[in-house]
Amino acid sequence: MHVFTDPENQRAYLAAFGWILKLTGASAVAALALGVLLAAMRVSPIPVLRGFGTAWVNIFRNTPLTLIIFFCYFGLYVNLGVSLSADLVRNNFWLGVVGLSAYTAAFVCEAVRSGINTVPAGQAEAARALGLTFSQTLRLVVLPQAGRAVVAPLGSVLIALTKNTTIVGTIGLIEASNEMKQLINDHGDAVITIFLVFGGTFVALLVPTGYFFSWLANRLAVRR
Amino acid sequence: MSDISVLYDHPGPRARARNRILTVCFAVVLAALLWFIYARFNAKDQWAAAHWNPFLKSSVWKQFILPGLFQTLSAALVAMVLSLAFGLIFAVGRLSAHRWVSIPAGAAIEFCRAVPLLLLMFFLFFGMPFLTHKPFPAFWAVVIALTLYNGSVLAEAFRAGIRAVPRGQSEAAYAIGLRKHQLMRYILVPQATRAMLPVIVSQLVVLNKDTALGYIIAFPELLQRGGNELTANYGNVVAAAIVLAAIYIAINGAITIFAGWLDRRLAARGSRSTARAEAAVLDVATGG
Repeated sequence: MHVFTDPENQRAYLAAFGWILKLTGASAVAALALGVLLAAMRVSPIPVLRGFGTAWVNIFRNTPLTLIIFFCYFGLYVNLGVSLSADLVRNNFWLGVVGLSAYTAAFVCEAVRSGINTVPAGQAEAARALGLTFSQTLRLVVLPQAGRAVVAPLGSVLIALTKNTTIVGTIGLIEASNEMKQLINDHGDAVITIFLVFGGTFVALLVPTGYFFSWLANRLAVRR
Repeated sequence: MSDISVLYDHPGPRARARNRILTVCFAVVLAALLWFIYARFNAKDQWAAAHWNPFLKSSVWKQFILPGLFQTLSAALVAMVLSLAFGLIFAVGRLSAHRWVSIPAGAAIEFCRAVPLLLLMFFLFFGMPFLTHKPFPAFWAVVIALTLYNGSVLAEAFRAGIRAVPRGQSEAAYAIGLRKHQLMRYILVPQATRAMLPVIVSQLVVLNKDTALGYIIAFPELLQRGGNELTANYGNVVAAAIVLAAIYIAINGAITIFAGWLDRRLAARGSRSTARAEAAVLDVATGG
């Protein structure tokens, strides 16, 4: 355990998981907003919007996240000159958030759409019979019920997102996986301890998250 | 509510007019966005023929893309076979009546599902050489990490599938005198596997995408060969990334279509245990 009694390594460990949490938080908010918007597009009466939603999902769901992050850095930043912050580290962070959000939004969209499919057709028919418009039907009747059905799948998406943030290490952010690699190279005698501490931190973060979401899903489930 | 048109009425004259206006508005926004991207590419000279021509040369395909694709697919397939075995063993282990089997199996599954793939890969590739005193091959670092993660996902899928087999099957098996391991082997696992077939096939998409992580440890797969080595020769990162994405999308799209076809076919055949646990199916669709 001598590796983790060194205050410098402790700071590095905390900073690494700080990046993981910041990446997860920022990407989760953006991906949720974008994903719900995409799902609304995919069920809308306007063919162009439906096509756009479908294309987004098919493109991002089938491309490796590593390639997307690679493109965000080498494509957007290096070759196309898209810079999101003057600070190099901040810039890499936001480029990572862009890639993670674009990728995760596709999965959020699919989860929400499958949630919309669980709402019985009678609900939407009743809403239409009352004279509600498409956006009212969706906003007031369908999405609130669908939202309860998608708590569990969205929890799984959030867990996957948290693990995926480690890929932003590819473009130079010193997050958990890069920090672990660094510590392993510096302390070849404590490889297993280092792996168990980093892996164990993810287990401690994500296993309770999983249980929390299945508890929440159960509590919020629409009884039919 | 699979027929989404229940969400809105059949459009009347006013709705049609409004939809047309919205269509035009969105089309204008989309066109502006595409124009912006085009102009940006133009400003940075990304449409230059020198960037795209390499993809018309057979030598580029033979030297970089096809060998990379071969490595990607072989890593994905080897990992698939191994994770099926891992998944089956750990699913049966977790369902065991003996606590000293089921608790360690459950713990292993939970651990492998919660730890990011990249962490496993780094541990194998950078950490193992310190323990064994010889280099760890990148191919096996990728394959073993993929096996541990996808195996544990498949284990949960199998477990759900085994539990979805109607109870009468087990009762009948016991009635004709089968032992517990015979029940698993001859009755439950074959039925569960058939019901889980579409999930197993769509897991191939996840495997195929995750092999790209091998790029980070310099495993010569598609992204490494095409995104790194090819562009080192031609300096065309943007073009290469777009071509590579198209290759991944084509392969994974084909697998997804095949999985959907398989799903419909099994459902049409009326396989009774297609009552696949939804949770297991959804787990595959999380992008993990």
